[in-house]
Amino acid sequence: MQRPKILVAGDSSVLIEFGNEIRPETNRRIAATVQLIREQQIEGIVDMIPTYCALLINYDPRVILYDPLVKRLQSLLKIEVSAGEEKKRIYEIPVCYGGKYGPDMDIIAKHAGLTEEEVIRIHSSRDYLIYMLGFLPGFTYLGGLDERIHTPRLQTPRVRIEAGSVGIGGSQTGIYPLDSPGGWNLMGKTPVKTYDPDREVPILVEAGEYIRFVPVTEQEYLRIEEEVRNGTYQVTIHEEEA
Amino acid sequence: MGIRVLKPGMLTTVQDLGRTGYQSQGFSVAGVMDVRSFKIANLLVDNPENEPVLEFTLIGPTLEFTSDTIIAITGGDFNPTINGEPAPMYTAIYMHKGDILKFGSAVTGSRGYISFSSYLKVPTVMGSRCTNMKSSIGGFKGRKLQADDYIMFRIKRRYLPFFLSRTLKPDEMDQEQVTLRVVMGPQDHMFTKQGIQTFLNSAYTVTNEFDRMGCRLDGPFIASKSGSDIISDGICFGSVQVPSHGKPIILLADRQTTGGYAKIATVASVDIPKLVQRKTDNKVRFKAITVYEAQKLLLDEMAEFDEMRKTIHRPCREVLECRLTAKRIRSLFE
Repeated sequence: MQRPKILVAGDSSVLIEFGNEIRPETNRRIAATVQLIREQQIEGIVDMIPTYCALLINYDPRVILYDPLVKRLQSLLKIEVSAGEEKKRIYEIPVCYGGKYGPDMDIIAKHAGLTEEEVIRIHSSRDYLIYMLGFLPGFTYLGGLDERIHTPRLQTPRVRIEAGSVGIGGSQTGIYPLDSPGGWNLMGKTPVKTYDPDREVPILVEAGEYIRFVPVTEQEYLRIEEEVRNGTYQVTIHEEEA
Repeated sequence: MGIRVLKPGMLTTVQDLGRTGYQSQGFSVAGVMDVRSFKIANLLVDNPENEPVLEFTLIGPTLEFTSDTIIAITGGDFNPTINGEPAPMYTAIYMHKGDILKFGSAVTGSRGYISFSSYLKVPTVMGSRCTNMKSSIGGFKGRKLQADDYIMFRIKRRYLPFFLSRTLKPDEMDQEQVTLRVVMGPQDHMFTKQGIQTFLNSAYTVTNEFDRMGCRLDGPFIASKSGSDIISDGICFGSVQVPSHGKPIILLADRQTTGGYAKIATVASVDIPKLVQRKTDNKVRFKAITVYEAQKLLLDEMAEFDEMRKTIHRPCREVLECRLTAKRIRSLFE
């Protein structure tokens, strides 16, 4: 992997470039760096935006100036994050596929030349790396959708897609964190709130973590929905060796 | 105990310095556009640095005060009046219950600010009281103000010492042309030498696509070496994106957290207020400075704020005269 480069981004930000290709290793390295910087609690850093291949750091120059910050970051970037110790953190997202929860399931199946069952099996059979969050609060940019179920976006986007809808847009899949317009093909819905402004931690997941979609029946969906409403639902999280 | 909105103006929102710490999750920072005017407004009434204010755009609001408080108005000049009489700007003003504060449209600048010594009562959401309109959170019900909205005050604070000294010289807002100092990068290497020369040596016009998210400029084409698409990365306040159409877009308070266009430069923090106070068809130019110079400017501005604080905390003549009188009287009692 190329050596990270620290670039100037104005008087209150620096951009660390880790590469110029979308690769899971690059993304893992960025997630590890974010973690490391958080642990170091460098005074003056106010926010971080990890993306596919870069990390933007916002800082307050009244607290730390450019040179001392860059020096600290350079020494942090020398620390090798050993891959063996890393754990994959996987969030299980229950999804009720098809029917009224996934009105475009037939479009996806037809486009793929597969049955709906096969589409569900393919979609729920792998863990998706969260490369980054952006666009909307908690909107996940997931990597690794099986090519067989890539489906072009709808020609006419919907004016309103309900929060929790799971869809496919081209080569990407994801969950709508809040009601919003959108052009993705809707294949199902989760009762889990990936974004809840009133929760202590409003956004459920972080870049560098994984999502696993687990098919559930409508009955289970309604039960989980009830539990979410009562605040008793716990999302299942797996920790696995990377 | 607060203010009632009689007319909301074009776009009036509750803002502070923004909601930081959540950008990695896709939340825009939001917050005030003109940080300088915001800080001066709070400073004039001895508010904490990050106390929320009302920010209004192009056409100001009309507000009724339902209790006494002290306010300060900064930013562009919107012809403010109190009960029909002209109101001073950059000055602490005592507002009485029943007073009507009215703004017209922007004569100079394009954004105005009102600070309140009694603090606006809006909830803190994820560490900030600012309005994020896209996510409908923070501020007053997560949206811009409407007629009949009623914002309460959090405390009673109707006394400030050195009251008559609390006035500052208003900032100049209506220059013919402003020069925005920029720090080049992070992706200036994607533009040709000619492209960078064009960027730094041309006047650009503010188009009507200018809102809290960003400001699109029109002017000479900035040539890139081989397109300006990048793998999406983080954006900061004042990032100057140049998409393939070759015209700069400067990203502002409500910017998205990430974007996929090369950023030729970043506007120096101290010069962002000059940009956000421009109007459609106004001109801007760019001048490159180093990150060290930009940070020096920011620290100098902090020192300038300290000076302002001293100015408004100077005992005023009236108070001095009182003391003189007291001193003279004292001898009678000794």
